[in-house]
Amino acid sequence: MRHIISILLENEPGALSRVVGLFSQRNFNIETLNVAPTEDPSLSRLTVTTVGDDRVIEQITKHLNKLIDVVKLVDLTEGNHIERELMLVKVKALGASRDEVKRTADIFRAQIVDVTPSVYTVQITGDAGKLDAFVQAMAPIGILEVARTGVSGIARGDKLLSL
Amino acid sequence: MELLSGADMIARFLKDEGVEHIYGYPGGAALHIYDALFRQDSVKHILVRHEQAATHAADGYARATGKPGVVLVTSGPGATNAVTGIATAYMDSIPMVVLCGQVMSHLIGEDAFQETDIVGVTRPVVKHSFSIKHPSEIPEVLKKAFYLAATGRPGPVLVDIPKDMTSPTERYEYVYPKKVKIRSYNPVTRGHTGQIKKAVDMMLKARRPVFYTGGGIITGRASEALTDLVQRLGFPITTTLMGIGGFPQGDRCSLGWLGMHGSYEANMAMHHADLIIAIGARFDDRVTNNTSKFCPTAKIVHVDIDPSSISKTVRADVPIVGAAGSVIDEMISLLQDREPASPDALTEWWKTIDDWRAEREGKLYEPSKPGEALKPQEVIEAVYRATRGEAFVTTDVGQHQMFAAQYYKFAKPNRFITSGGLGTMGFGFPAAMGVKLNFPQDDVVCFTGEGSFQMMMQELSTCKQFDVGVKIVNLNNQSLGMVRQWQDLNYKSRHAHSYMESLPDFAKLIEAYGFTAIKVTTFAELEPALERAFADTNELVFLDIYVDPFEHVYPMQVPLGSMRDMLLSKTERT
Repeated sequence: MRHIISILLENEPGALSRVVGLFSQRNFNIETLNVAPTEDPSLSRLTVTTVGDDRVIEQITKHLNKLIDVVKLVDLTEGNHIERELMLVKVKALGASRDEVKRTADIFRAQIVDVTPSVYTVQITGDAGKLDAFVQAMAPIGILEVARTGVSGIARGDKLLSL
Repeated sequence: MELLSGADMIARFLKDEGVEHIYGYPGGAALHIYDALFRQDSVKHILVRHEQAATHAADGYARATGKPGVVLVTSGPGATNAVTGIATAYMDSIPMVVLCGQVMSHLIGEDAFQETDIVGVTRPVVKHSFSIKHPSEIPEVLKKAFYLAATGRPGPVLVDIPKDMTSPTERYEYVYPKKVKIRSYNPVTRGHTGQIKKAVDMMLKARRPVFYTGGGIITGRASEALTDLVQRLGFPITTTLMGIGGFPQGDRCSLGWLGMHGSYEANMAMHHADLIIAIGARFDDRVTNNTSKFCPTAKIVHVDIDPSSISKTVRADVPIVGAAGSVIDEMISLLQDREPASPDALTEWWKTIDDWRAEREGKLYEPSKPGEALKPQEVIEAVYRATRGEAFVTTDVGQHQMFAAQYYKFAKPNRFITSGGLGTMGFGFPAAMGVKLNFPQDDVVCFTGEGSFQMMMQELSTCKQFDVGVKIVNLNNQSLGMVRQWQDLNYKSRHAHSYMESLPDFAKLIEAYGFTAIKVTTFAELEPALERAFADTNELVFLDIYVDPFEHVYPMQVPLGSMRDMLLSKTERT
């Protein structure tokens, strides 16, 4: 099963490599990875999506917790949560397909954020499934380049991941 | 306020931390630190002849004393040479602090002379690592390193120190930090009382219980508490290789150690148990054999300080995260005034175990007959007698290691010092040096083989310089015995590179360093040689003992089988 694990990490050199290294060292798998500083400059928030049965996920969270740089973590998939990813896509926009790209972007509530005579750059946010669907819809028209941020997420309601 | 250079801070911190010995080897990036060590006399530096030996010596010291061993090496090759020893300590959860010189900080990343990203290289084999970014942070970082190395589940911690951080011209305020806090690191001590109660109830109801304890008893200094608990309950106990000495092996409750080359009765008892109480052990593959066939009728209580060890390979029914000592103490207090539900079942269980013991009594190996080559097992037994079972014993890796573990009976913890997890050949001799330097009054014996000894024999020079009187017992079978054993069993005796042609004349080699060597080829020569070797505790003596090259280590678990599937000799199996 797919899990989204969010980690508060010391904003120290080498901390990220310890997290990433752990996954390869223990033969765990990373699907997406997203990391950026938080409102507290001493902490980064890292979100990783991974796939594994309960036993594997238990090992992943235990080993992550063991890293000295990991301050706190939560498996968001254990409760209600919001999952978002941002994607920028360059699509061919020539002739009849120029309108088609615009219409499809509207349907997905995506925005065209850059324009040239032959290319539209589309920005879209949503969960990973929505982004996959958009890529599928655009594929026949001609995708030139895709940049995805990887999943970020947060728990619904009052639940917090903070110190 | 005291102003010190980074290098002087390091020397001063080591003194304030109570470090007596450090093991190391100088080089460019570490020279400021070496100069600071030269100008003081509180901390004694032991100059090894290869950085790997520095880590093993520090490791041996740590295993014998429970305190962190300290290593100092230079950047690049100095640091990479230390990696095997760091990995050895990591696998066996041994507290160690490794100080590494590094190139000047402005050169990092430029492929400077003797530059290695040692923090990156060692990342998977350290508990944690630090890079010094400013000289003023040295005292606090070092305190954190010692704190992390020795607390929770211990392990090696590496501190990377760029040369400019130790420059003699820049001075900063030095205060010894008595305490440090790391916000993300709060190792548990006490276990969950509800879980411990549950475990105790199961222990009292069990009909066929077995204690299975590991290195956590030794590092957690819980051996007295464990002995009390086991003797109160009268349950059988088996330890892992790392747990040897955690419970006195002469006690009736002791079944010896378990696993691949563990005793017949220990493996049989595990397989038939209805309750396994695991404390400070990690269900390693050399213990469990095939996990899907592991102990089919047993419920499992697993006590460990490291939550990630619990249910890693074998699912625990009652997991307890806590320090071995405090959990055992709580178990003892919960057991006050309570009796086992069915003492008759326990009596019956002991009868079954005693039958297993009797089955193998006198059949463990065939002693040599006059005119035949010595058996390695009888050599270990003779050394046991010669040292009255009281020596510190280190081993290298292979057949001699298993024989030492099987035939030297340990009554105390911290006395059997062996590379269990990583299985590092070359470990034994430098580890023995680390022990002997700190226990000059005790006999320190290193059981080794020609293969292992030749990996670290340059340390004879260190022993000469620092007058280290260890006893080296070389079980010379002219081959890599354990490799050869596997080739006999699995490769139709095709001995691919497991023979040792062109062995040196060890006696001449040892004499070249000014030490005594005694060659032994017959049983009659053995006792007098041992008497001579152990006459002076502080004399290095090398015993080159020729033993039967065809001997195998038994019992040996059958691959992919259960705990009870064992070869018992070349012709018998369960």
